[in-house]
Amino acid sequence: MSQSLEAYLVLSSLLFSIGTFGFLARRNAIAMLMSIELMLNGVNLAIVAFGAFQPALHGDAAIIALMVMAVAAAEATVGLAIVMAIYRNRRTPLVDEYDRMRE
Amino acid sequence: MGPAAPAVTSARASRGRVAIPETIPFIGWSWADLLFLLFATTLLGTGLLVVLGRNIIRSGLWMIACFASLAGLYVLLGATLIAAAQVLIYIGAISVLVLFAVMLTQTKAAPTRLAFHHQAWAGALAAVGLALLLGLVVASTAWPGKGPRTASPADQLARLLFSDYVLAFEVVSVLLLAAVIGGVFLAKREDEPEESIVPSDGAPPGRWPGEEQGSS
Repeated sequence: MSQSLEAYLVLSSLLFSIGTFGFLARRNAIAMLMSIELMLNGVNLAIVAFGAFQPALHGDAAIIALMVMAVAAAEATVGLAIVMAIYRNRRTPLVDEYDRMRE
Repeated sequence: MGPAAPAVTSARASRGRVAIPETIPFIGWSWADLLFLLFATTLLGTGLLVVLGRNIIRSGLWMIACFASLAGLYVLLGATLIAAAQVLIYIGAISVLVLFAVMLTQTKAAPTRLAFHHQAWAGALAAVGLALLLGLVVASTAWPGKGPRTASPADQLARLLFSDYVLAFEVVSVLLLAAVIGGVFLAKREDEPEESIVPSDGAPPGRWPGEEQGSS
């Protein structure tokens, strides 16, 4: 079971779907960012699994996974800073009350 | 972890060490399978708790457990450097960042009863559809080159990172620098109001018009 690529791919797609649901359904902006982190982790698991099971992709997959981690860190930094900046103005972390941009 | 390790331990068992059987007694699974099942259930369970939990602090703490089980899966896959980076970056940095942001944006007036949108069922439907689609793709594709998993040592990765991927490495470092500067700029408190951000209708600076009668 742990020797098959499919098990890891199914696991990563399930994690990605969980993150998708969280991103679509949660009201809190920080919970949405957490869901994005879950989705990025699911993609990373698929990348690392491909690298471990395909000999041609050995080092490349690890490098790409490290790049994804760095980009995820940058995304978390900027995303949370944006949430903090909006929170300072609107006094709420709930995204469905961020409707003032329409006016 | 690999198939050779239990044989070595059983050979050493005659010299006074504790014998570890190659498979789990009474079940017959290999240890890697048991660890995979353990980490997979922990990963999916904590992922669901992150998404479904109403208390957002607990969601952040479950997210740490989710990242830890993912690091275990990376070790099972032989990517030990990625597992170390997962622990350092995700558990050490991103989770702490998220928890700090949660604690800075908690209000007493924030309704914890309604954690989801009213149309959360549509999101659930989309997520289940996506999971089914991805599972169908995984099941129906004949993945080429299926072989035994092998580990990738760290010195090979370092050599690759500074030869073939050096441009990507530099671009990522510039991206991180830009993210740091952007994060500081966005999260900076504007203590003294500047004239350039005062709207023309005379609203107080740093606030959005019409906020006083809003639902804050």
